[in-house]
Formats: sequence, structure tokens, C-alpha cells
Amino acid sequence: MSTATFTSKIERLQSLITVANLLSTLSKTFKSAALPVTGIVVFLLLWQATATNIVTSLGQFPGPVDVWTQSKGLIQEHQAEREKADKFYARQEARNAKKLAKNADAVIKTRPYTGKATYFDQIFTSLYTVAFGFFIATLVAIPLGIACGLSERVYRAINPIIQTFKPVSPLAWLPLVTMVVSALYVSEDPFFEKAFLTSAFTVALCCLWPTVINTIVGVASIDRDLIDVSRVLRLSWPVYIKTIVIPSAIPLIFTGLRLSLATGWMVLIAAEMLAQNPGLGKFIWDEFQNGSSSSLGRIMVAVITIGIIGFILDRLMLALQKRVSWDKQAIFR
Amino acid sequence: MQRNYLKVSQVGIEFPTDGEPFRALQNVNLSIAKGEFISLIGHSGCGKSTVLNIIAGLYQASEGGIILEGREVDEPGPDRAVVFQNHALLPWLSVYQNVELAVKCVFKHSKTKAEIREWVEHNLSLVHMDHALHKRPGEISGGMKQRVGIARCLAMQPKVLLMDEPFGALDALTRAHLQDSLMDIQNELGNTVVMITHDVDEAVLLSDRIVMMTNGPAASIGEILDIDLPRPRDRLALAEDVQYNAYRQQVLRFLYEKQKNSAKKSASIAPAELLPSSSKKSVAA
Ligand SMILES: Nc1ncnc2c1ncn2[C@@H]1O[C@H](COP(=O)(O)OP(=O)(O)O)[C@@H](O)[C@H]1O
Ligand SMILES: [Mg+2]
Repeated sequence: MSTATFTSKIERLQSLITVANLLSTLSKTFKSAALPVTGIVVFLLLWQATATNIVTSLGQFPGPVDVWTQSKGLIQEHQAEREKADKFYARQEARNAKKLAKNADAVIKTRPYTGKATYFDQIFTSLYTVAFGFFIATLVAIPLGIACGLSERVYRAINPIIQTFKPVSPLAWLPLVTMVVSALYVSEDPFFEKAFLTSAFTVALCCLWPTVINTIVGVASIDRDLIDVSRVLRLSWPVYIKTIVIPSAIPLIFTGLRLSLATGWMVLIAAEMLAQNPGLGKFIWDEFQNGSSSSLGRIMVAVITIGIIGFILDRLMLALQKRVSWDKQAIFR
Repeated sequence: MQRNYLKVSQVGIEFPTDGEPFRALQNVNLSIAKGEFISLIGHSGCGKSTVLNIIAGLYQASEGGIILEGREVDEPGPDRAVVFQNHALLPWLSVYQNVELAVKCVFKHSKTKAEIREWVEHNLSLVHMDHALHKRPGEISGGMKQRVGIARCLAMQPKVLLMDEPFGALDALTRAHLQDSLMDIQNELGNTVVMITHDVDEAVLLSDRIVMMTNGPAASIGEILDIDLPRPRDRLALAEDVQYNAYRQQVLRFLYEKQKNSAKKSASIAPAELLPSSSKKSVAA
């Protein structure tokens, strides 16, 4: 056997091995995807079968196919609206350029495009509203939780208040928050819109509690030995909180944060619907009022979007938790 | 020898329970010289940890008090470092950082950054842990964790080193290694040590004096045994030593003859130390 044929044989063998590896990876991926995919397919079939049997005054209940059509429609609307905006800006720029060419000192005006908010605009609005509300809630909840967890006295003083406000529905807060924001937030050139603040504060009020409660539990269950270590070392409060309290409470703080974010996202949609604040909730409400034949399909698109975004938000928090957690062996779900 | 470096004076303590308060200690008196190695031995639940915690300042005595170098101490501080039975290392910090935290607390004004670094590494090498500086406690064995716990305390240069069954959770071989390390270190540095143990061999091998406690409730000090064996001590040579075995016998006799009756009782109530107050009433009764 010549060396040449030997090398080529080896090469063929190597490529065979690569193919085999690829196949095994594929089959692994397939196996791990098999169950979720089956679940989804069965669900879609059941949904389609049920939907054809429900007839409402706005027509048939949307099945998966309708929803698919409607989502394409929403994407097209978005693109059309963006094109319009682009054209508007192009025209405006051309006009201004002309003005400047005539007279270099001319006062030029640039106006923002004020078109109709598209579906994606609404999603974006909802996202940053919930982010802002959640951020405020976190800023309050974690320090409050730490204070209550560290001091039995503070806990006993604050616990009744927490327990009372925890079960309050966002819908009950909304009128109050709306009035308070209108009364207190008076500014000539508001940086935030009032509607935005109303939604965000309502979200904050409702998603405060899971973080507070979980932080309290996390802080109160610090290992006694570690507390003794800190006493022997006479750690100052800031060092104690930074090196012992927060690391030991971090898993439960994150449990709380994830619950809070999920709550906040649910609350936001309700608040937007009720208060006609921009966002996905308002989109649903508008479609409902619209009552066209495509409304139910579009609402269903929104429902699924809300679900998927909620899911993604939770995964993001989980990823963040993995990043900041000191225990890389811990199992996160 | 002047035994007035550390004084436990007329100490008693009561723990509140649902019913009558539970008196754990009464009239505990002990004077310790500088550089002495003391073992506290006694049956489970008699109050050894309570004595140690009072010396550490982690518990407040109901009567009496602790005098260290002529001054009363009633709160915890780095001059009385504690080696805990379950290491009590911060699991999110590396071996190095765990020791560094303690060093920074004690020497933040007196050592420069470079000196702190050197001092941390020096103390970890004393306990032979300089090979794992950047491992987390979760990544090293139980014996290694205990070594780090000891290094953390040594690095604080405490006046007194308090150890609560430091080797109790370790297997026999690891324990022997650590005992030898501890003997070497104490020979070299001359630390004053109070160590709790329930291992008679450990007590005789390491101590200058063995303090034997009576059974609770209202436990006190039963006998104190001077161990007059030359240092450095060698565990193999001592195994044959007549004097060593006589000391062993004495401790065993105290534990299993003099404290026997109540020993049975305390064995059956030993889990009480794990339970909250309700079970302690039966102990007092
Ligand atoms: N914080 C506490 N509160 C109530 N009782 C306690 C407390 N600490 C210890 N005791 C009781 O005091 C007795 C002595 O405990 P301890 O000092 O832990 O014994 P040991 O000799 O085993 O270390 C036990 O009966 C225990 O139940
Ligand atoms: Mg004990």
C-alpha cells in the first residue's frame, strides 16, 4: 500500500468520524427538543379544533392560522409606518437643506414624526414601563427587606403594613396613583409622560412585595456561625452587609426579583388596559373596542406576545442570577 | 506560674425557656496563664460550648465575668479568636479572601497592602494551605477547611485562641495530622489556647492542663488535671508512656465513673442541645 492511498484512507476515516459526531449531536438535539415540540404541536391541534367550534359576535374564535396571519399583518403595518416616517424625515431634511442653501442663517425646524403607534411601538412602551417600575420597586424592596431581615424590631414594626398592602390588586391602586401623579407631577416640559409614570408606579407598588418578603427570609436565615464570625471580627455594618448578608441572601433575593418581575408584567398589562396608558394593554383594549373581524386574532397575537415576553424576562433574570451567584454549582430553574 | 492572664470568675448563666429559666452553668472558676494550652472536656451537653462562648463574648454570663489581662471583657472581639466546629468560612470567598477579611479587620491601620498580603500567605502556609489560596471552601476537604479556619484565627494574633471541638467532624487520620500541626504552631508561637474536645487522647496529647466539667444542669468544673509531659510531644512515643497512660486513665475515670450516673442521663438528653427551649425543661427538672 502506498503512502498516498494510506493518507487518503485516513482522511476518509476522519471525515466519517466528523459525520458520525454531527449525527450524534443532531440526535441529541432532536431528543431534547422532541418533548417540547410534541407538546406544542398537540396544543396547536387542540386549539385549532376548539377554535372552529366557538363563534362569537365578532366572528369565529381565532385559531393558530388566524393568529399567524394577523401577526404578519401587524409586522407589515409596522414596516409601512416606518417607511412613512422615513419619508417624512427625508422630506423634512430636503426642505431644511434647501432653506439653508438659500440662507445660511435661516432658522430651521425639525419636527418629530407623529404617526400612529404600531404594535412594536406598544411592545417597546410596555417593556420600558415595566423596566422602570421594576427598577423603582427593587431600589426600595431590597434595602427594606435587608433592614427587616436584620432587625427583629424593624420587622415587627413593618410586617403588618407589608401584609396589608401585599394582597391589594393593581386595579385598586390605579385611580389613586393616577390622581397623585396628576397632582404632584406638574412640569412645563415633562421628561416623562404622566401615563408612563402612572403605569410605572402602579407596577412598582405591586411588584414590591415578593422581593421584600424573600429578601427578609433570605437575610433572616443567615448561618449563625457566620454571624458569630462577624461579631468576633467586629465587622462594621457596611462590611457586614456587603460580605455576609447580601451573599447569603442573594439566592432568595433573586427568587423574589423573578416573582416581582412576573407580577409587574401582569400588573402592567392590566393597568394599561384600565387607564388607557400606551402599551400592549391599550392595544388589546383598542382592538376590543374596534370590534372588527380581525380584532380577536390580533388580541390573541398580543396574548401570545405577552406570554413570550414574560418568559424571556424570566430567563433574563435567571441569566443575571447565574452571573452574580457565587455558587456556580447551584441548580437554577 | 502566674495564672492571671485569662480569668473566668464565678461565671454562671441561665437560658430563658418557656417555663423556668434553664441554669446551664454555675460557679465556673478558671485561671489561665499566658501561653497555656487548656482542654475542656465533659459529656455532651454539659456546657462546654457555653463556657467558650462566654469567654468569646458571644454569650453574656448571668453572673460573674471574664477578665483578660486585668480587664473585664463582655463583648466579642478579635483578641479572642474562635475556631468553630464547622469551620464557619464564608463560602463565597476564596481561602485567601477568608483570611484576608480577618486580617483587614485587625490590621487595617497598622499594615500596608503588601504586608497584609504577606501576612495572609504566611499564616496559610503555617497550616500548610498555601497551595489552595484561590479555592473556595466548597472545593476543599473538611480537614482543609478546618486548617483555613485555624489560619484565619492565627492571623488575627489573638490573645486567646478559642476552639470548639475543632477536629470533631474529621476522620481519625486527618485529625491526627491537624493535632500535630496545631502542636507545632503552638510550640512556635506560644499561643494561649482553650480547646473543647471530647477525645481523651487529644486532650492529653495537646494540653498543659485538662479541665473536666461536671454534668449539667448547673454544670461546673469538676477536676483539673496537670499534664506534665515534656514538649515537643510525639504521639507514637507517648502511646507506650506510663505517665501518659496514667493521665488518660484519670480522665476516663472522671468521665465514666465519677460522672457516670448523670452521664447516662445526659446521654439520653444530649439531643436537647439541638432542640429549642421546650425540651430543655425536662433537663432542668
Ligand atoms: N442559646 C441557648 N439557649 C438555650 N439553651 C442553651 C443554649 N445554648 C446551650 N443551651 C443549653 O445549655 C446546655 C449546655 O450546652 P452546650 O454548652 O452546647 O453543651 P456542650 O458541652 O455539648 O458544648 C445544654 O443543655 C443546652 O441545651
Ligand atoms: Mg458543644
